[in-house]
Amino acid sequence: MRRSMMITAAAGLTLVLAACSGGTAEAPEEPGSADSDQADGGEEQASGSLTVWADELRADAITDIVAQFEEDKGVDVEVVEKNFDDIREEFLAQAPTGEGPDVIVGAHDWAGELVTNGVVSPVELGATAEEFSEVAVNAFTYEGQVYGVPYGIENIALVRNNDLASDTPDTFDDLIAQGEDADAEYPVLIQVGEEGDAYHMYPLQTSFGAPVFETDESGSYVPELALGGENGEAFAEYLGSIGQAGSGVLDTAITGDIAKEAFANGESPYMITGPWNISAFTDAGLDISVLPIPGAGPEPAAPFVGVQGFYVSSYSENAVLANEFLVNYAATEDVQIALYETGGRIPALTAAADALADDPIVAGFAEAGEAGVPMPALPEINAVWTFWGTTQADIVSGAASDPAAAWNTMVENIQGAIDAA
Amino acid sequence: MSLRTENKPTSTVDVRGSTSHAREMNKFFFVKLVLMALVNAFGLFVLYSSWQVGHWGMLAAMVVLLVVVNWAYFSKRMLAAKFLVPGLVFLCVYQLFTMAYTGYVAFTNYGTGHIGTKEAAIEANLAQNEHRVEGTPAYPLAVVSSDDEQLGFAILDDGAVLVGTSDSPFQPAPEATVADGAITAVPGYEVLTFEEILQQQEEITTLRVGFGDAEQGSIRTQTGSTGFLYQPSLSYDEATGALTDTTTGVVYRDNGEGMFAADDGSTLRVGWRVPVGFDNFTRMFTDARLSGPFLQVLVWTFAFGFLSVATTFFLGLFFAIVFNHPRVRGRKVIRSLLILPYAFPGFLSGLVWAGLLNRRFGFINQVLLGGAEIPWLTDAWLARLSVIGVNLWLGFPYMFLITTGALQAISSDMYEAARLDGARVWRMFRSITLPLLMISVAPLLIASFAFNFNNFNLIYFVTEGGPNFPGSPIAVGATDILISMVYAVAIESGSTQYGLASAMSILIFLMVGLISWLGFRQTRKLEEVL
Repeated sequence: MRRSMMITAAAGLTLVLAACSGGTAEAPEEPGSADSDQADGGEEQASGSLTVWADELRADAITDIVAQFEEDKGVDVEVVEKNFDDIREEFLAQAPTGEGPDVIVGAHDWAGELVTNGVVSPVELGATAEEFSEVAVNAFTYEGQVYGVPYGIENIALVRNNDLASDTPDTFDDLIAQGEDADAEYPVLIQVGEEGDAYHMYPLQTSFGAPVFETDESGSYVPELALGGENGEAFAEYLGSIGQAGSGVLDTAITGDIAKEAFANGESPYMITGPWNISAFTDAGLDISVLPIPGAGPEPAAPFVGVQGFYVSSYSENAVLANEFLVNYAATEDVQIALYETGGRIPALTAAADALADDPIVAGFAEAGEAGVPMPALPEINAVWTFWGTTQADIVSGAASDPAAAWNTMVENIQGAIDAA
Repeated sequence: MSLRTENKPTSTVDVRGSTSHAREMNKFFFVKLVLMALVNAFGLFVLYSSWQVGHWGMLAAMVVLLVVVNWAYFSKRMLAAKFLVPGLVFLCVYQLFTMAYTGYVAFTNYGTGHIGTKEAAIEANLAQNEHRVEGTPAYPLAVVSSDDEQLGFAILDDGAVLVGTSDSPFQPAPEATVADGAITAVPGYEVLTFEEILQQQEEITTLRVGFGDAEQGSIRTQTGSTGFLYQPSLSYDEATGALTDTTTGVVYRDNGEGMFAADDGSTLRVGWRVPVGFDNFTRMFTDARLSGPFLQVLVWTFAFGFLSVATTFFLGLFFAIVFNHPRVRGRKVIRSLLILPYAFPGFLSGLVWAGLLNRRFGFINQVLLGGAEIPWLTDAWLARLSVIGVNLWLGFPYMFLITTGALQAISSDMYEAARLDGARVWRMFRSITLPLLMISVAPLLIASFAFNFNNFNLIYFVTEGGPNFPGSPIAVGATDILISMVYAVAIESGSTQYGLASAMSILIFLMVGLISWLGFRQTRKLEEVL
């Protein structure tokens, strides 16, 4: 939704076709049946078998890990590589047919939708729960039940090109001023895109005290919108003031790819981005530091924290094996570090994260994430993203001449969409 | 001419006389045998696979298919079927089946929260509402089997071993042996190995062993080695088919819409798939959030479809006429070059054009227009223009191809006669070229209109439907056509609604079908010019 619109688009296209032409029923002809075939065949030889869906970065790491698991337990584990954005949709389509995988690797903010559809089972971490960072377990907790074993935490932070700036101010306005004085084309890069990018804008928004949803005493989100009101309007006005009609710091023409390339070319002292772009910058030979994001409003800037982890299908016929794999293998230090090495996400297991703490990049993202809040896993969040992004894009581009009014209309529309869902 | 037609029958008779029949043992028969063997092998493989996973519908369909195919190709009489069968099979699989399935989905509430069966929904609701009792420890656990083959658990509670089954609550088993914190033997029971546990995972994960007091909860295990004390907060009564919240006493019943609902209207989280009649069809007109943008989108869809056909046709025709002229040099090379855009996959071109038209960084603004920041894709009217323009680039080669063919079929005698009568170029174009062209090309124009009416790829990859209508209650934009609106509403809007998507696409199909039917009726009149 945030980073890979194009991949989503391709996935989406498939889905439209699936929806319009009833493609879900093609499952019997899909490789799915072949998979379960193999699985069935496997069951006759070994005493159990497990099918795991993972994205391309995770699949390799998991394939290495499961070799040990297979040996220890005398079972077969098949790791199926899927496009990250396809995993959720295909899992939702295939699980009820009994053809789906036993375990999927995914993001915590899928939990709401997966739970609402009843396709994932609660996982009891037991004593292991305390070995994970609190935010990671909380992120996978949905209405009092834990639905996944976390492996990685990611959040965006301020990345600084040390050749262009050295000391970073405390407020976003000062940062812009410093960036404008620096010898670079852009004072700071934040990806927007024509469809907007509420995820990358969220730290600025929270610094005005306008979180997306209300939270209850325990800190979990409740499905009541909190992004409206005076604070929301103040953020909208600010967004307009640094948009194309204002100082021009933000621009809808700057997409993720453009921002990444511009920063890698040394065209900006600062960029707000996540760990997924770091290797591109270090490969380009940049000397970078990762810092917490300064706020633009009176409150601290809180980026969204995304947690990745393993889910168990509630349709799995290998529930014992799947849980054993998750609780006693995926939650170990070696596995968590192996997953960090391919994906760059900070391990959710505290011991594994500590082992990496002397890496300044990891430490920087971890520090920036301390102020962060988990991305909401409520199914209602799905209704929010599109309106949120496009309204921000309209405000940034100047298409919405009255930012506060546009913001209020957006809140109404989101509420309408939530009520209709 | 006449010579050839006279020869034909004799030669056919000759052929028939020598090589006619399927049963005849010649090399063609063996080729056929091999091909049929491959088809049958594939069929048997599918049969075996569907048997394995229990897809009986698939199995039955495949049996019918195999019988029909074998009968058609090995029978002496089924000559027509030999030609028709492959086409019919593909028609059934790719057209009729998907159409029927879309029709079926359109009448259900298939979508987020309603994806499975009622049984699965009950199970999911129960599983989600069984919580671990707070403050209770993790019990080291062994799965045991009693002498009468009943499954049970042995747990280690404060150093003492307790053993029980689903029928008999936990009892102390002082004789049991414990090694390294794991229970290794319990008298009267057999301790299952991990391998044995894996053979009955379903039974073990659903097993609950209590302490004799239901209030206290019961022990269950997910891994087969550790147990936890759980307390369900929802109970299912099979007789009434209702779920009851054990703490509040609220009863949730099947509300007929694929949900468990209490009297106050609150519902349990997981629902299931049920037929909903025409709800999905009427929603487009009754839901105020949809009906407003729907009209705007409908008008643009027609405009887009019509303009796409008109622009591509006239540009294609223009090039066709120009490069049909014998005095143009290098016609073959130019023609090949002109067809190039047709050779690229449409979605790829869409993506490339989206990049080229980017307001600040696009090639067109930055290089061709010297840094002008023209909002090609972000201003509503310019975006519409851009979409039509990109489609023109993509679509004219096709029109160029078909009109070139049609032009070459028009006899030069007619032009000669017209010239003798004193007609000028424009007159000849209007009175000879266009009417004669239309006879062969009009049906293709209608097909092209139907295609562009649903040209999802182009819209999605060039503008994603944007720029969005500011403040619109659903996320649709100025260049959204009906099919991309379906996608925005039914898939991207937060909750996936396959039922609504199917219903909307059926409505679109009816619209396109009606227009095409009217169009084809009109084309018959075109033939009257002859």
